[in-house]
Amino acid sequence: MKLSLKIWRQDSFDSEGSMISYQLDDVSVNMSFLEMLDLLNETLVQKGERVIEFDHDCREGICGQCGMMINGRAHGPLSNTTTCQLHMRSFKDGDTIYVEPFRATAFPIVRDLKVDRKGFDHIIQAGGFITASTGQPPEANSILISHQVTEAAFDAAACIGCGACVATCKNSSAALFTSAKITHLALLPQGKLEAAGRVISMVDQMDAEGFGHCSNTEACEVECPQEISVLHIARMNYEYNKALVFKT
Amino acid sequence: MKATTLQHKLWMSGTGLFMCFFLIIHLLGNLQLFLPPERAREQFNWYSHLLAGNIIIEIVAYVLYASIIGHTVYAILITRKNAGANGTKYAYDKRGAASVWYSRNMGLLGTIIFLFLIIHFKDFWYQYKFTNLPLDAKGNKDLYTIVVKAYQQLWYVLVYEVALIALGFHLLHGFFSAARTLGVFHPKYVKWIKILGWIYTLVITLGFMAMPVFVYLNSLS
Ligand code: HEM
Ligand code: SF4
Ligand code: FES
Repeated sequence: MKLSLKIWRQDSFDSEGSMISYQLDDVSVNMSFLEMLDLLNETLVQKGERVIEFDHDCREGICGQCGMMINGRAHGPLSNTTTCQLHMRSFKDGDTIYVEPFRATAFPIVRDLKVDRKGFDHIIQAGGFITASTGQPPEANSILISHQVTEAAFDAAACIGCGACVATCKNSSAALFTSAKITHLALLPQGKLEAAGRVISMVDQMDAEGFGHCSNTEACEVECPQEISVLHIARMNYEYNKALVFKT
Repeated sequence: MKATTLQHKLWMSGTGLFMCFFLIIHLLGNLQLFLPPERAREQFNWYSHLLAGNIIIEIVAYVLYASIIGHTVYAILITRKNAGANGTKYAYDKRGAASVWYSRNMGLLGTIIFLFLIIHFKDFWYQYKFTNLPLDAKGNKDLYTIVVKAYQQLWYVLVYEVALIALGFHLLHGFFSAARTLGVFHPKYVKWIKILGWIYTLVITLGFMAMPVFVYLNSLS
């Protein structure tokens, strides 16, 4: 198939960027979106131009590196799919495809389609952990947890930190990402103990990083490749309100 | 702990839900407009007089004024924060495909409601409280005549209908969103909140929308 591509090019954080047009022939429908970009980059190398930089690692939908805005949707036209799991059969011959980086003030552009998601790291550093003494791993069955609870906690823990929720949000809110970690830890006995302090620090950090608030549009759940539920946001609010009321 | 946007949202949900509660009383009281004209005049004026002299209603009124102001101020604060959180605009933006339009336009819908409230307060609330209205047969201020005269103008009725449709969509998302902000997370309750939100919105919106239309049609015959 033949494609017209319009791709955001930007040299560095403080340089001006713009959409540049490229033409690409001989794209196979079986290619993944990233392989299509690889093909385009090969033609750029042959012409001696700087390649288009984008983040990727696992290429199997589990690392969360490959986020980009494709035709105005986070990770492209499919719901709940990472960019690396998107294939060219989702497009038609002759299509024009717009490719842009995830945009949010808290996600500064490094180069082209690559953004710095350090804001997420800071939120996790603010409280996305449990305090435990180090040493030998503890006996696995010393704390019994029911199957339902482990499954629910694991569903929340499945977030891969891709940033699609922020990119698709009209407020660039990190509520889905943050709430997934809060639920994950609040459900488990090891995390419950510090739940109140954790939710306050992480919500404070979310604001400090410059993310917006949550308007409950639920767009994030639609785009999230891990199908993280918006009800985690409700639980984050619940934990936050509880912490406010009991002042812990 | 800092004053986060989540706390601003808590104020918005509290003030918003108080206004939702107020609308129920407001609707119930105004149902008297549907009575036959002569009885409606007497009852409605008597009711308005009753409210004006009641200490509990007085308190509710002051909380209401505070809620409108508070809700609007926090709406402006969080909207400004969002504008800062969004980076460069997308050159090609289809994010709307992932959510409903009214959930993304609460500020716009709220602005329409705010403009409507200015008209609404000026024409009825201000007239009743601060001007010398003629009295009806029972000696109560004749607010009923003011209301009916207003709704006899087609353009006025249309302004109301448009504003109430905006209110309807604001409530449809707002009621549900407020429950989220307050932390209702259990799927069982979440389902009921959705259903309750729809029922509440339909009753309030259609109820208020019927009033100007009813009075207008009555005036034609
Ligand atoms: C004065 C005009 C108004 C403005 C400017 C306004 C603005 C807003 C905005 C911008 C939001 C969305 C907040 C967000 O993005 O999450 C909102 C939410 C809400 N509004 Fe309003 N609004 C107005 C009037 C009203 C009225 C009259 C009611 C009820 C009768 C109401 C009830 C609500 C509720 C319940 C919410 C949800 C709060 C939450 O999400 O926690 N609003 N309003
Ligand atoms: S919540 Fe979903 S969309 Fe957001 S960062 Fe995690 S995996 Fe990505
Ligand atoms: S490259 Fe790892 S999720 Fe796409």
